[in-house]
Amino acid sequence: MNTTLDRLSPGETATVTALDVEGPQRRRLMDLGILPGTRIRAERSSPLGDPTAYLVRGSLLVLRRNHAGRIHVDRHQG
Amino acid sequence: MSPTPSPPTTSACGTCALNNAANLRRLGVDPSGHDLVVALAGNPNTGKSTVFNALTGLRQHVGNWAGKTVDRAEGGFEYHERRYKLVDLPGTYSLLSTSEDEDIARDFLVFGRPDVTTVVVDATRLERDLNLVLQILQITTRVVVAVNLVDEARRHGITVDFRHLSRELGVPAVGMAARRGTGIEDLLDAVERVALSPTSFGGRRLIHRNRRLERAVSHLAERVARHVPGVTNPRWVALRLLEGDATLERAVAEGRLRELVADPAELRSETVPEEPDA
Ligand SMILES: Nc1nc2c(ncn2[C@@H]2O[C@H](COP(=O)(O)OP(=O)(O)OP(=O)(O)O)[C@@H](O)[C@H]2O)c(=O)[nH]1
Ligand SMILES: [Mg+2]
Repeated sequence: MNTTLDRLSPGETATVTALDVEGPQRRRLMDLGILPGTRIRAERSSPLGDPTAYLVRGSLLVLRRNHAGRIHVDRHQG
Repeated sequence: MSPTPSPPTTSACGTCALNNAANLRRLGVDPSGHDLVVALAGNPNTGKSTVFNALTGLRQHVGNWAGKTVDRAEGGFEYHERRYKLVDLPGTYSLLSTSEDEDIARDFLVFGRPDVTTVVVDATRLERDLNLVLQILQITTRVVVAVNLVDEARRHGITVDFRHLSRELGVPAVGMAARRGTGIEDLLDAVERVALSPTSFGGRRLIHRNRRLERAVSHLAERVARHVPGVTNPRWVALRLLEGDATLERAVAEGRLRELVADPAELRSETVPEEPDA
């Protein structure tokens, strides 16, 4: 199911389909290992839900909601 | 900067392989009179400082969280009676999209002209870490890939095919568990091999086949080379400028790129802080 990364609940996994970010920030996300085809799992959120930690290629990455909201993903069926 | 290495004073003997560590002399903070400069690069938390300490006998802070090393540290060691200066760098995910700490690593790797760049990668996160390896191979092929934390990988049931990895990358890849001192000898031998090799290794390069881009890069690279005498990677700089790298643009506009090539420590205090992205 198509959605954006910020909408995953902790424990849910998804596959990245597109990055709706341009320029240096797009480059940064890709350097951190987030590109189309990458599997991501939402791990846990801070108390206010922002930022959230994600498991990407074996490491934890912390993303703010405004970044996560620009990462389009295909949510895996639980 | 890097004087031509003197010919080996001890011929490597077949029987002393087991005693290789005995050929290592840790020189602590004293890299004076060194023949060769070796940089330690890698993603955050892959064990660079642990390798640094094992080789120099120093005690750089080692910590189990990313970004422990925030400035570059230097030490020395002697191997087969040749003196090396070893430079421990802050962890970096990328040479292309850098945060402030990462600029220190980038500037040294791109403009510091180390004789050998050792990229320390985490055996349990190879896929992620190879991104930086490929980026570094675009600027130099005098590279050794040190696959660290093989003890941890083994616990997770991961084994790494070093020969295959080395063939794919075109540069030596060695396995190690630096915290236990395992693999130090293999690393030293690989570093020595690359350092003393008269020809460049066939490191894997990424080629872009767009004719217009290629023309633009060549044209700009020529101008960069003229503007910054001594720059070793004019094509890389040109490509970065075309991509709109703000730090490099400023460095060129303000004439600082020249200073940086003369002394890579220069840019450090002048980089503009960026908000870390993640
Ligand atoms: N199991 C295991 N742990 C290791 C090994 N090498 C380093 N470590 C541990 O990994 C953690 C990070 O080590 P550092 O040497 O600080 O890593 P670094 O690459 O210098 O980190 P930054 O400077 O933050 O980029 C420490 O807890 C080390 O004890 C190893 O071979 N095996
Ligand atoms: Mg360190």
